[in-house]
Amino acid sequence: MLLFMAIVLPILFAIFIPLAYRSIKSIHTGWFVLLAPVLLFLFYLRFLSPVQQGEAQLARVSWVPSLDFYFDIHIDGLSLLFSLLITGIGSLVVLYSIFYLDKTKEKLGNFYVYLLLFMSAMLGVVQFDHTLALYFFWELTSISSFLLIAYWYKRDASRFGALKSMMITVSGGLMMLVGFLTLYVLTGTYSIRETIAQVDTIVTEPLFTVAVVLVLLGAFTKSAQFPFYIWLPDAMEAPTPVSAYLHSATMVKAGLYLVARFTPVFAYSEVWVWLVTGIGLLTLFWGSLFAVKQTDLKGILAFSTVSQLGLIMSLLGLGGFAYLVTGDAVETFTFATFAAIFHLFNHATFKGSLFMVAGIVDHETGTRDIRKLGGLMGLMPVTFTIAMIGSLSMAGLPPFNGFLSKEMFLEAVLGLLHADISTMTVAYLVPIVAWVASVFTFIYSIYFVWYTFMGSRKEEQLPKVPHEAPIGMLISPAILGSLVILVFFIPNVIGDWLVKPATAAIQSTAFTSAADIEFYIKAWHGWTSPALWMTVGVVVVGFLLYKVLPKWQPIYSKWPERFTLNRGYDSLMDGSLTWNRALSDRFMTGSIRDYLVYMFAGMAILGITTLFTQGGFAITTEGLAPIRLFEIVLTIILVGSVMAILITWSRLTAVIALGGVGYTVALFYVIFKAPDLALTQLVIETISVALFLTAFYHLPKLDKHYKGKEDNRFRLGNFLISVAVGLTVTLIGISAYAQRQMTSISEYYKETVYTEAGGGNIVNVILVDYRGFDTLFEIGVLMIASIGIISMITLRLQKKKKGATVDEIE
Amino acid sequence: MTMFLWICVAILSFSLVGFLYRLMKGPSTPDRVIALDSIGVGLITLVGLFSILFDSPFFLEVILLLAIIAYIGTVAFSKFTEKGVIIENDRDAHK
Repeated sequence: MLLFMAIVLPILFAIFIPLAYRSIKSIHTGWFVLLAPVLLFLFYLRFLSPVQQGEAQLARVSWVPSLDFYFDIHIDGLSLLFSLLITGIGSLVVLYSIFYLDKTKEKLGNFYVYLLLFMSAMLGVVQFDHTLALYFFWELTSISSFLLIAYWYKRDASRFGALKSMMITVSGGLMMLVGFLTLYVLTGTYSIRETIAQVDTIVTEPLFTVAVVLVLLGAFTKSAQFPFYIWLPDAMEAPTPVSAYLHSATMVKAGLYLVARFTPVFAYSEVWVWLVTGIGLLTLFWGSLFAVKQTDLKGILAFSTVSQLGLIMSLLGLGGFAYLVTGDAVETFTFATFAAIFHLFNHATFKGSLFMVAGIVDHETGTRDIRKLGGLMGLMPVTFTIAMIGSLSMAGLPPFNGFLSKEMFLEAVLGLLHADISTMTVAYLVPIVAWVASVFTFIYSIYFVWYTFMGSRKEEQLPKVPHEAPIGMLISPAILGSLVILVFFIPNVIGDWLVKPATAAIQSTAFTSAADIEFYIKAWHGWTSPALWMTVGVVVVGFLLYKVLPKWQPIYSKWPERFTLNRGYDSLMDGSLTWNRALSDRFMTGSIRDYLVYMFAGMAILGITTLFTQGGFAITTEGLAPIRLFEIVLTIILVGSVMAILITWSRLTAVIALGGVGYTVALFYVIFKAPDLALTQLVIETISVALFLTAFYHLPKLDKHYKGKEDNRFRLGNFLISVAVGLTVTLIGISAYAQRQMTSISEYYKETVYTEAGGGNIVNVILVDYRGFDTLFEIGVLMIASIGIISMITLRLQKKKKGATVDEIE
Repeated sequence: MTMFLWICVAILSFSLVGFLYRLMKGPSTPDRVIALDSIGVGLITLVGLFSILFDSPFFLEVILLLAIIAYIGTVAFSKFTEKGVIIENDRDAHK
C-alpha cells in the first residue's frame, strides 16, 4: 500500500497545487511542488540495498478483482533505476523550472499539475507488473505530455506539436494494448512475471509473433524510433524544463523500459531481436545524420535524443540475442544489456543538462537559433562549462561518462561478429553503421557547443542583451554535469548499485541475481582494444568533417521536401480528412430518396441472400384455404387501386385511389371475419383521406413540380429496388408460412374469454384484458401525436420573428 | 338460396370493378368522387350480403358506419372541389 501511495503521491500533490497557486502569491508554486519528487527520491533510495540483494519489492492494490485487474507493484532493479531517474531528474527539473518560469507571467498552477500528473504516470509505467495497469499509466503519460507540450496553447506550433505527439504515441499505445490482450489470450494472466514463467509454452504460437510486433509498435512510437520519431522534434515547442524531463530523460525512455521489461518474454522470438536491433541502429544513424542539419538548439538536441534512444534500443536488441545463443556468446550479449542500461543512465544525465543549457541560452539571449548565436563563452562561462561537459560526454570523449558507455556500445556491437548467429552477412554491417553514426554524433556535439559559445559575438542580432544566468537556474544543470564527470571516475558504484540489478532483471535466465554479474566498467582497455581505435577514428574523422562543415552542410537542403517523413505525416492527416470528407460527401447527399435507396436495397439484399444461403426458403401447399371468387375480385380491385396510385400524374387521383385501397382492405377484413378491424379501418381511412386533402391544397402541382427538372420520372433503379423489396417480403412470408412449427396460442383465449375474463368479444378482451399493457401505450402514442400536431401548428417561432429564440417571444 | 347470394356477390364485385375503372380513368375529379361514393354503396351492399352468408350479425355495425362515412366523405370531397378547403377558418378569412 505504501508503494502504491508513493506512485500516486504526485497526483495527490497536484490536487492541492491550484489552491497553493491561488492563495499563496508571494512564493513561487514550484517550491511546494519540489517536495514531492525529493520525498519520493529519498523513499526509493531506501530500496537500493534490498534490491541489490535480489529482494524484489511487491505490493498489490485491488481495482476490479472480478476482471483480474490489480495494481500489482513489482520493484526490481530495472524499475528502481527508472524510478530513481524519474524522481531524481524530476526534482532537478522542478528546481530549474522555478527559476525558468516567471511567477507572474506564467500559469504555474497548470504547469505543475500537468508535471505532477506526468510524474505519477511515469512511476506507474515502470513499477506496475500488471499489463493493463501499465497501459493505463502509459496513456496517462501521453495525455500529460500532450498537455505539457501545448502549455503555451496560444501558439500554433505548440498545438500542432502536441497534437502530433498525441496522435503518434496514442496510436502506438493502442497497438500495445492489443499486444497485451493477445498475450493475455495466450497465457491467461495479465501479470508480466507470470507471463515470463509461461514463456516456454507460448513461444511457438503464431499469435506470439503478433503480440511481439504490436508491443514493439507501442515501444517504438513512445521512444521515438524510426519512422515514428517525427513527433519528438515538434514537441520541442514545450517549455524547456518539459523538454529536459519528458523528452530526454523519462517519457521517451518508457519505450526502452517496455522493451527491456519484455525481453525475457519476447527475446525468444528472432523477429523481436532483429527488429529491436535493426530499428535501433537505423534510428541511431538517421537521428545523428539529421541532427547536423538543425539550426535550432533544441532541434539538435531532439534529433540527438532520437539517435541516442536508437543506440540504447539497439543495445537492448543485442542483449536479446543472449536468449537465443548458448555458451560463451551469452556473456557477449548480456554485456550489451549491461551497456544499454549504463548508457540509459548516462544519457539521462548529460541530455538533461544539455536541455537545461539550451533553455538558459534561450532565456538569456532570447533566441535558440544557432545562426544568431556565437561567442557566448565570455559572457556565460558557467553555462559554457556545463554545455561543454554535456556535449563532450554525448560525443563520447574522456573524461566523461559518455566515453565509457560509447566504448561499451562499440564493444557490444563488435561482439555480434564473434557470436554464432544464423544471418552473419548482415552482422558485418552493424559495426559499420554504428561507427558512422558515432562520427555524426561527434560532429553535432561539437557543432552544438562551438556554434553557440565560440566564434564571434553577434549581439546586434540578439533580442536581449546576453548575460550569465541566475545562480538558481544553474544549480540543476551543474548537478547533472558533476554527475557526468563523477560517473566517469567511479563508474562501478553506479554499475554495482543500479546497472547490475537492472541487467539481472532483464537477463533473468543468464543471471539469477545482481551478484552473479561480473562485468567491470573500466576506462582503459589497453592498446589492443578495437573499441579504443574505433573511438580514435571517430574523433579524427569527426574533427576533420567538422572543419569542413560549411562545405557539405548545404547537401541537406538538396533532399526534396516531398519525401520527408513529416510531409508524409502531414499528407496522411490532411489526406484522411479530405478523403473522408469526399467519401461522406459522396454518400451523405442529404436527399432522403438516396438514404431510402440504401436502406431498401440493403434490406432486399440481406433478406434474399440470407433466405437462400442459409436454406431458409420453403414453400408448401399444405393447409392452404381454397380461393373463392370474390377474393379474386377484391384482389383485382386492390391491385388496380395501387396501380392507379403509382401511375397517376394527379395528386387528387392518388389520394382517392389510396382511399379505394383502404376501403378494399376493410372489405377484406369483412370477408376474413374481423368486424372490429373493419370498423376501425373504415373510420381511420376516411380521416386520413380527409387529412391528405387538407394538406394537398397547399402543395404545388405534381407535374409542374417536375417540369424541366427531370425528363423521366420512371427510374429503373428505384423500380428494381421496389420490386426486390416486394419480392423479399413475399418470399419471407411464404417461407414463414411453410415453416410454422407450433400451433397458435389462440385456443387458450377462445376457451377462457368468458370464464376468466367475463367478455364475449374476444378481440376487445385481448386488447383491454389479456394484453392491456400494449393498449395503454398506444393511447400514449396517440396522445403524443396530437400534442405534437398542436405544438407544430401553434408554435411558429420563425414566422413571428426572424431568428428569435423561445425566451424572447415569451 | 346460397347460390343466389353468391351470384349477387359476383355481380356486385364486377360493378365495383366498373366503378374502379371510372375512379382510375376520371376524367374529372367529380367523376372520381362519384365513383368512390358508388364504391362505398357497393361495399355496404357487399357487407350486407356477407353477413347473411356468414350468418353473423356482427357486420351490421360496419354497414351503418360505411353509410355515414361514405356520406361524410362525399360531402368533404365535394366541398374540397368547390372551395379548396374542407374546414374553413373564419378568423383567417377576415384577416
